[in-house]
Amino acid sequence: MRSALSESHRFPKIPSPVAIHRPATHGHEPHHPYLQHHFDSMPQQAEASTLGMWVFLVTEIMFFGGLFMAYLVYRHASPTGFQEASHHLNIYWGAANTAILIISSLTMAFAVRAAQTSQKRQTQVFWLLSTMALGAAFLGIKAIEYYDKFRDHIVPGPYFQWEGLYPKPAEQFYSLYFAMTGLHALHMIIGIGIMTVITIMAWRDTFDSDYYTPVEVAGLYWHFVDIVWIFLFPLLYLIGRHYHAA
Amino acid sequence: MSGHVAPKSMYYAVFAALIVGTALTVAVAFVDLGPLNNVLMLGIAMTKALLVILFFMHVRWSTRLTWVVVASGFFWLLILFGLTMMDFLTRGWVEGTWR
Repeated sequence: MRSALSESHRFPKIPSPVAIHRPATHGHEPHHPYLQHHFDSMPQQAEASTLGMWVFLVTEIMFFGGLFMAYLVYRHASPTGFQEASHHLNIYWGAANTAILIISSLTMAFAVRAAQTSQKRQTQVFWLLSTMALGAAFLGIKAIEYYDKFRDHIVPGPYFQWEGLYPKPAEQFYSLYFAMTGLHALHMIIGIGIMTVITIMAWRDTFDSDYYTPVEVAGLYWHFVDIVWIFLFPLLYLIGRHYHAA
Repeated sequence: MSGHVAPKSMYYAVFAALIVGTALTVAVAFVDLGPLNNVLMLGIAMTKALLVILFFMHVRWSTRLTWVVVASGFFWLLILFGLTMMDFLTRGWVEGTWR
């Protein structure tokens, strides 16, 4: 099968470390140093990569979906209990975290766009570091919130104390709260780890308009984690808030 | 390779919509609209998710194959929530089905 090399390629302007290890001539017609041999062209490779990440994200939808399902069942069983439990959450931390993640999605989108339009590495790294900083801020607020739960003895387990009318649903609610936000926070931590790798690659001038797939694919992961929080926030923090004034 | 390069203004517009949606969600939570509260909050959340998926995640300009994979994920969720709640929401409708 002939590879479609009739189209013109833009090779990286500055020889990245990869170009040193992947010489242009290695037994067949030269191609972009990042083109894997089982692909015919860079666009095909990019499409395969993004499709692969989407298939993974569908498995993540299933992963979080299970927890959302559990939440649905238990909230349906004790709606007033869940409402009472939800009131103990600080709506302002939750809203702040939502805004932080939305801003981080914007900076991530700009990071992808910077690589896509061959911006200089400082620009790409600026957007990537901004995204990571916002992710870290999100985790910081989550740490504060978790500390408050431990302080107020509403962590499910032997030390759980509930002063309201529905202690059992409250414990169910907080089990789900820790499971869902904990799993989400774990994804954030992994996301920041992925971003670190991408940032280092960007600093080494790896990306340009011909090859920016790792940034795009890391972006897909980051946006997905944002979307999970977009649903977590109203379901956990905003149950029946109109019955009390915050 | 390139792909579709969207103008920065589009990203800012989507961002503004997401922030407005969040503010709206918080505001609506403090007003008693009965069952409409949940409908509105989930509706706003779904719109925000759709905006992120279509524009930030570039699905708007992706191939149909990608689109089918994305849609299948949410179709799966529909089955999970739909069939499971179909059980729980109809408990007690027929004699002896409460447990």
